[in-house]
Amino acid sequence: MTETVHDLDVRRQLCPIPVIKTQNRVNQLARGDVLRVTCTDPGALNDIPAWCRINGHEVLETRRDDHDVVITLRVGEPSVAL
Amino acid sequence: MSEAATPIAPPEPLQRRAVALVSGGLDSMLAVKVMQEQGIHVEGVNFFTGFCVEGHTHAIRKKDQDKNKRNNALWVAEKLGIKLHIVDISEEYKDVVLNPKHGYGANLNPCLDCKIFMVNQATLMLNKARELAGEKGFDFIVTGEVVGQRPKSQRKETMPIISSESGADDRLLRPLSARNLPETLPEREGWVDRDQLYDFSGRNRKPQMALAKRFGLEEYAQPAGGCCFLTDESYSRKLADLWHARNERRYELDDIMLLKVGRHIRPARHYKLIISREEGENRFLEGYRYQFTSLTTASCPGPLALVDGRFESDDELRQAAAIVARYSKGRADDQVVVEVKEPGGVAREVAVAPARPDQIPLQWNVG
Repeated sequence: MTETVHDLDVRRQLCPIPVIKTQNRVNQLARGDVLRVTCTDPGALNDIPAWCRINGHEVLETRRDDHDVVITLRVGEPSVAL
Repeated sequence: MSEAATPIAPPEPLQRRAVALVSGGLDSMLAVKVMQEQGIHVEGVNFFTGFCVEGHTHAIRKKDQDKNKRNNALWVAEKLGIKLHIVDISEEYKDVVLNPKHGYGANLNPCLDCKIFMVNQATLMLNKARELAGEKGFDFIVTGEVVGQRPKSQRKETMPIISSESGADDRLLRPLSARNLPETLPEREGWVDRDQLYDFSGRNRKPQMALAKRFGLEEYAQPAGGCCFLTDESYSRKLADLWHARNERRYELDDIMLLKVGRHIRPARHYKLIISREEGENRFLEGYRYQFTSLTTASCPGPLALVDGRFESDDELRQAAAIVARYSKGRADDQVVVEVKEPGGVAREVAVAPARPDQIPLQWNVG
């Protein structure tokens, strides 16, 4: 079965907005879902994987082409809402 | 024969849970560490106000591309092994910036109101978590505040104001300065040992550095001038100019983002030019061309400029084009062709003589 990949476009948004939008989108997804985030802020290459590590989500791929940074992650355990 | 009764083990003491305000700086990092040393489960919260420095200009400007672009709050959370909740409060925060009950600091920084607001937000989160999760919610709030460290918000007399006006009251613990302050609920209840808290005060950072060393924390962020653009004189000047030009004190997120970028020149109250200074800023401003009229040089390499406002005459349009030409590679030419593009995509070209320096008065330069 082909896996559904959800997309999030946060190009031209600066840190920490890409992380916040990733966090908010992940909160709407189920465990095991895959999310592909496209950004232009190169800081996202550090920040989104760091956010994933802290919160138990798996980074499947990070890549940078031309001006875009793309991070693909798999949603882990849902976080207890604060 | 009856079996010997198995002694009943005393119940495990409940691990107390704290929400810590994590800015990414050394003080909040130490405050969390002090709590962890006392067996407290800590989760971090970091608020995005829109004015956070967080390397935005580094992210935009090409010459800064090699600088560190990590988010310090995330980095700290990872170092300490805590979860971090990043919360966008930029919309609600407008009222703090526009109507600070306790006034501004040296610039447009409403530091005391800001701290009260953030602790209040943390208190609301704590209350909500307690309502939803009961004992698995959170028991108290931790900040890295140090008495006497900041002239506006971190003074002995402002500490109780923050506790009471935020609604946190005695659930707010400042581990680095606790022994200079009245006992709080976590101390009274024995959740934390007051004797193992600290009595730091003043602007001297040596005690924090010594404690960091003791904890084996060798790397930490040392933001110059704080982590908020509102403490910056030039930024505050641009924000005040924006309010003056609009004849009202309001802003949108795009406004305050654009104040972080480019050279801002205001030839008239009804329009301002935001002129990129290099390729990275050019690329950033490019993303706003669908919202703003923009100018760029067509006959030679040059900057991209956005027009915040409107031209009231063709002369003003040509004046703006001449200013943009002044910052292009054709500044020494007799004539430069400038493309003026409307947000809808309609474009026209005008040929102008680049403005001379004396044609751009200093007072037009907002920052």
